[in-house]
Amino acid sequence: MSTPSNTGGTPEQNGAPESLHRRLLEHRALLFAGLTTVGISVGGIVEIVPMYSASAGPESMEGINPYTPLELAGRDIYIREGCYNCHSQMIRPMRAETLRYGEWTRAGEVAYDHPFQLGSRRIGPDLQREGGRYPDSWHYEHMRDPRSTSPGSIMPPYPWLYEQKYEMDDIVATVGAMQTLGVPYTDSSDAAVRQSVTAQAGKIVAGLKASNATVAEDDEIVAMIAYLQRLGVDGKAALAKRSAK
Amino acid sequence: MEQNSARPYDDDIARKFVAATVLWGVVGMLVGVIIALQLAWWPANLGLPWTTFGRLRPLHTNAVIFAFSANAVFAGIYYSLQRLLRTRMFNDTLSRFHFWGWQSIIVLAAVTLPLGLTSGKEYAELIWPVDLLIAVVWVAFAVNFFGTIAIRKVRHLYVAIWFYMSMVITITVLHVTNSLAVPVSFTKAYSIYPGITDGLVQWWYGHNAVGFLLTTPFLGMMYYFLPKAAERPVYSYRLSVIHFWALVFLYIWAGPHHLLYSALPDWAQTLGMVFSIILIAPSWGGMLNGLLTLRGAWDRLRTDAILKFFVVGITFYGMSTFEGPMMSIRAVNALSHYTDWTIGHVHSGALGWVGMVTFGMLYWMVPRLWDRPLYSPNAMITHFWLATIGIVLYVVAMWTAGITQGLMWRAIDESTGLLQYPNFMETVLRLMPFYWIRLLGGTMYLTGAVMMGWNFIKTANSPALVPATRS
Repeated sequence: MSTPSNTGGTPEQNGAPESLHRRLLEHRALLFAGLTTVGISVGGIVEIVPMYSASAGPESMEGINPYTPLELAGRDIYIREGCYNCHSQMIRPMRAETLRYGEWTRAGEVAYDHPFQLGSRRIGPDLQREGGRYPDSWHYEHMRDPRSTSPGSIMPPYPWLYEQKYEMDDIVATVGAMQTLGVPYTDSSDAAVRQSVTAQAGKIVAGLKASNATVAEDDEIVAMIAYLQRLGVDGKAALAKRSAK
Repeated sequence: MEQNSARPYDDDIARKFVAATVLWGVVGMLVGVIIALQLAWWPANLGLPWTTFGRLRPLHTNAVIFAFSANAVFAGIYYSLQRLLRTRMFNDTLSRFHFWGWQSIIVLAAVTLPLGLTSGKEYAELIWPVDLLIAVVWVAFAVNFFGTIAIRKVRHLYVAIWFYMSMVITITVLHVTNSLAVPVSFTKAYSIYPGITDGLVQWWYGHNAVGFLLTTPFLGMMYYFLPKAAERPVYSYRLSVIHFWALVFLYIWAGPHHLLYSALPDWAQTLGMVFSIILIAPSWGGMLNGLLTLRGAWDRLRTDAILKFFVVGITFYGMSTFEGPMMSIRAVNALSHYTDWTIGHVHSGALGWVGMVTFGMLYWMVPRLWDRPLYSPNAMITHFWLATIGIVLYVVAMWTAGITQGLMWRAIDESTGLLQYPNFMETVLRLMPFYWIRLLGGTMYLTGAVMMGWNFIKTANSPALVPATRS
């Protein structure tokens, strides 16, 4: 701008030239606010509304099942501890990433996640395909003392997961909420949820016992292990099936 | 305060928000220093649930965004809006409700986040009852803000007010939309959006919270306080019209650049990338309008510490609004995403732009609000240099750490076709020197903020000027 159309004084004097913008808008606060609202709305509407088409939903991928109730409890702990601050759950379609973590993450794989946990920073490694990478006993040791399994790790230990108990009532409520949100649980009754949790926790505890780790069925670490061992498993199987065809 | 009856404006509310800005600024930055230490030296997590990095990092981000920065914005608005409109705030009770409501939200955040009560959405972690309280307090502020505009004694709205207005409107829309959730208890709720859609809504919110809480109101404050401090009119009125409307329309589209190479549909990623690059234009329009306001007054930069703060702040604004679009280009993002480069970028905006503009504004406002000269101009200069050198150390350390780790992650051994650093830990341990340098930079920045707080307390407690000497 060769000739600055300056405001010609202090902000209070504000002797700017009489312009069309001033006559039309700066004298009319309501119109100004209305136009601003329209301006900031367009982009969001154009980008977000089309997301409710099938391309991003669970329909986009066969073989993805909702988390089990125990896994949901583990997911709640994952969120409570803020794991997403250091671990992403989104593998990008690049050779270096698929070599390190496995198949890149598809939209359908996270379609039952409320809230999403894609993350934004990898202070630690991506966890989207963590399921099945290590045995339960590895996670048991790692969460209690990260440096015992990963020398040099900067992750803090989580000893309270071995003392605190998850609450069955909370899990029932969570399954109900997921159902409200459209996640297809066939049976969210109190009895069904309890049975599912007990069965899955029992298996994990028995497995840990075999590797000399003692843990109670309702210890939070059991739910955490269940969740971590589920991550990316369905998607991996579905993608293997897809490429076999 | 008796002086108030003689004055047409409610300055008590501005004083309150100034005090809150300084207090929460120090707290938020202190938590930042603590979590920086935790990354360099893990035992600083203390082995307690409520002091681990995963719980304190949201406390840090929430404190510096919603406690430090938002209180600074409110202080700036209450001071400048009344003067620009030559009108006292619409309703003093609403102003007090706004102040105490906002501070109680901050206290609730400081209690709930360490307890692990969180929504699990980055930068929007607060649980649903606090979200509701935010909505109520924000609406009270909006009523007071627009009420003051409705009864204004100046016909036209000065450019600063456009930017304030865009914040009041946009933050309402963002907060309400992103916080929608199904509650299961008083402390827990689940986002109504599924998976990748939740990610898009979240980053539409997150990116535009940066846009409309940390950018537009600060541009508004630049348009009021910089001409005041420099005693010159804003460089170009036309430029301010153009860059305002461009920012308002373009900013909102850029959110998907946080999800490049994700499972988000390609068209949305591309929109995010393209709009991010276009955003350079209105961003630099604002930067140039700020810097050129000082034309013919550059010599004063040598002696005037307040102008130093503003100029460094605006320069960092220009730098980070260039860096951001670059990082939104897919090829660059492939390297920078998930690394400390992002952390460096955020802090060049937060420490550089938001922090320095806030400091400049506070040093200008405090002597006027308390009717006393600043207690120690020398301490102000020291603060400026501590902050500036601290930012440089912080940002350079994070750039280096980010690019180092990004390159190590992608390094493939040509002969075997395998990863050169298959052990993730190797890429973490390489960052430790940079984490210590970051800690040093952050500590310097915090020290400067503490000095400012001390300086203000000393100022407020020193003898007042005779009111008649103040115009």
